[in-house]
Amino acid sequence: MVTTKIKREGAVLFSEYYRGDGIRKAFTMSRQDILAEIKESKLKGRGGAGFPTATKWMLTAAAKSDVKYVICNADEGEPGTFKDRVLLLEYPEVVFDGMVIGGYTIGAKEGIVYLRGEYSYMYEWLQVYLEEMRKENLLGKNILDSGVDFDITIKMGSGAYVCGEETALIESLEGHRGEARNRPPFPVSTGYKQKPTTVNNVETFAAVAHIVMKGGDWYKQHGTDKSTGSKLFSVSGDCKNPGVYELPWGTSINELLEIVGAENTKAVQVGGASGVCLPKSQFDRTLGYEDLPTGGSIMIFNENRNMLKVLKNFMEFFVEESCGQCTPCRIGNTKLLEGVEMIGRGAFTFGYINKLKELGQTMQVSSKCGLGQSSPNSFISILNNFKDEIFNNGFGGRNGK
Amino acid sequence: MLVLEKNALTAEIEILVEKYGNDRSALLSILQEIQKNHNHVSDFAQQEIARLLDIHPVEVFSVISFYAFLNTKPKGRNIVRLCQTITCDLMGKEAVAKAIERELGIEFGDTTKDKKCTLEYANCLGMCDQGPAMIVNDKVYSHLTPEKAVEILNEIK
Repeated sequence: MVTTKIKREGAVLFSEYYRGDGIRKAFTMSRQDILAEIKESKLKGRGGAGFPTATKWMLTAAAKSDVKYVICNADEGEPGTFKDRVLLLEYPEVVFDGMVIGGYTIGAKEGIVYLRGEYSYMYEWLQVYLEEMRKENLLGKNILDSGVDFDITIKMGSGAYVCGEETALIESLEGHRGEARNRPPFPVSTGYKQKPTTVNNVETFAAVAHIVMKGGDWYKQHGTDKSTGSKLFSVSGDCKNPGVYELPWGTSINELLEIVGAENTKAVQVGGASGVCLPKSQFDRTLGYEDLPTGGSIMIFNENRNMLKVLKNFMEFFVEESCGQCTPCRIGNTKLLEGVEMIGRGAFTFGYINKLKELGQTMQVSSKCGLGQSSPNSFISILNNFKDEIFNNGFGGRNGK
Repeated sequence: MLVLEKNALTAEIEILVEKYGNDRSALLSILQEIQKNHNHVSDFAQQEIARLLDIHPVEVFSVISFYAFLNTKPKGRNIVRLCQTITCDLMGKEAVAKAIERELGIEFGDTTKDKKCTLEYANCLGMCDQGPAMIVNDKVYSHLTPEKAVEILNEIK
């Protein structure tokens, strides 16, 4: 039904791996050794924010509590991202093994996969897969006679983008509205049901399984100094071969465009609707935490596309998906969308648009969670980088001519 | 609602509470199952869930109103969700949307008179490499054309 084909299998995440490999290896190591390997690898969270995984796990491991949780964030709602869908459908072994390793390392007995409602078609299939793991004693009580108990349940989301934010996700799991919490306290000490919880992206768990197998040193050899390893990029839009690509960090936009077969490219949106939009003059920039950190969404627009329409689509998305809890995000996104519509009608002043850009900057610093902090990114970058197209070709009002 | 129907719904919710537990964290799973079986979570269902989980009914309503895939008013037997996010849009979502609207004789947000279909837009379905995409109930369809989309909708009951 859903067919996926990974377009490029890189050397890291898609290197040879069999179900249970990572778990067996992990049980021969001490918890400290595993943490040390992950620290050595310099792995950063793959959801987009890039928090060091080793730090998160160390804090959760150090927290004093009988009950801890490992949560896999499979609520990939960022427009243009579909790598988790591909990972879960084609490589569930690395993801679930990574979760078991996480449970062993931090001392949790329960793992929860929070799967977005849009992916409900995977649910039954993943349940069957987990059942197979239980039969092989890779999940459940006394895994592989190591004395470690760990089991995984799958909980479904119900169509809310903001639940990809870790504290909103936890609220949702607890049966509340998916509204982000104040931090601190952070989930590492006070998470799901007030217990220490580590929330990691699907791809992060996959990386951990490989790091445990082959070591932090091996992982570090890929990518760049600050951005180690590889990343899955979900490539969509105007190119010959859209799909999931594993590329080392440090790949430039130009290189990526060539690999995916994109021609006549005008703009590349890096990081989904909450990311930034790059014009041709910036295609030499590189993907990585040094320059362009991203959760992996790459959307390509060719010369025929109307960038104002693209921006309007993004802003409509944020207006719909803002949870409405904090004012900068709830009102701010509506105002930015109004601004885009005014530009579309030719009924705007530059003074007002500049005020809206300032409002965007205010939202970036004053919103409660990542949604409102990042939603002005595309507004600001598209209006700045494509101002000739948007303001000078007849769309503009009196001031624009 | 007939008394018999009420009793049946209560029994159904009781079974779900047994399955997922009577902790608040079971709420979303219970709501999702009721939504799946009845296409909405009625006022009566909300009250019963609240009673069995020992929370205020307005808490249940508050949660339902937050999530796009939960609703308190009845919808059609089949829910058609077309992805409206940019990549599907670039690949020809508009033509597909118009074709579906013409064929069903309703606009997005509406339900057909025979209660067969409710037509909605959804945000990114995660099928950006294969757009335009839509989800009918739990099934995903990708690489849609106006013709193909209509054929799919004609096949559902």
